[in-house]
Amino acid sequence: MAGQVYYEDIETGSELPALVKLPTTMQLVKYAGASGDYYQIHYDKDFALASGLPGVIVHGWLALSFLGQMITDWMGGKGALVKLSGSYKGMNLVGEEIFCYGKVAKKYVEDGRRLVRLEMWAENPRGGKTVTGTAVVALPSRQSA
Amino acid sequence: MSEEPVISEELQGLLNVEFGPEVYEVEKGMVKRFAEAIGDPNPLWRELAPPTFPTALVPTELLHKMVTARSPLKRLLNGGNELEYFQPIRVGDVISVTARLERLRKMEGKEGTTLFMVVAITYKNERGELVAKGRNTFVRY
Repeated sequence: MAGQVYYEDIETGSELPALVKLPTTMQLVKYAGASGDYYQIHYDKDFALASGLPGVIVHGWLALSFLGQMITDWMGGKGALVKLSGSYKGMNLVGEEIFCYGKVAKKYVEDGRRLVRLEMWAENPRGGKTVTGTAVVALPSRQSA
Repeated sequence: MSEEPVISEELQGLLNVEFGPEVYEVEKGMVKRFAEAIGDPNPLWRELAPPTFPTALVPTELLHKMVTARSPLKRLLNGGNELEYFQPIRVGDVISVTARLERLRKMEGKEGTTLFMVVAITYKNERGELVAKGRNTFVRY
């Protein structure tokens, strides 16, 4: 994890350090247990194929969790997450890398808080966007640091 | 025989009905297992819940009724998730979860008829303070 990022340090278009994840079937089973989402498309290949899917697919929430990690790693302990959202546009297959990206779309002050709106997305190894989303983060200021 | 409706009376009957609260004690081990499962080693998650943790606080009654409601559309996917945070969820918090099916929208898409079901969820702590709001879109097709 890098040091603390401050509102003054960033500008529109700034990119977040990318995060790459490689979810295995074991991780999906652990995630199913930890989240309570036992839908079989996430660990039972026969069930997934019978459901018309190309194979076992990664939980959308797990992919969103990876994007969340990218953001919380970047914003540091003094940043606060205000909003996080993701839309699922495609499937991440188990055993394939998930590439997480983000950049600053806007920075603004609202109700005395220094906020940053981030655009973020996840890609599969073929460059297809599987998740698109946004996050809003409140950052500390160097002036009050 | 008439064709089975995509939005059954049973499903329609769930619209705008508040379910819950279902109450969850946020145990240390629960948060630890969640952080391990998402593969996020951030030490903050020893005391605080990671951002997507609210998904583990499932409004089971409404979701169970939604997925078991009769429908000609047999397949189900997660379409999208939104969370808005008002304060961190901490180990030891007792979170009350209420949920409401707020929208049913039928569309014709490339997979045929598709039904979007939007659920709004509210998370409050043991002091009755709002900690997070969620909005989840389920897709039947």
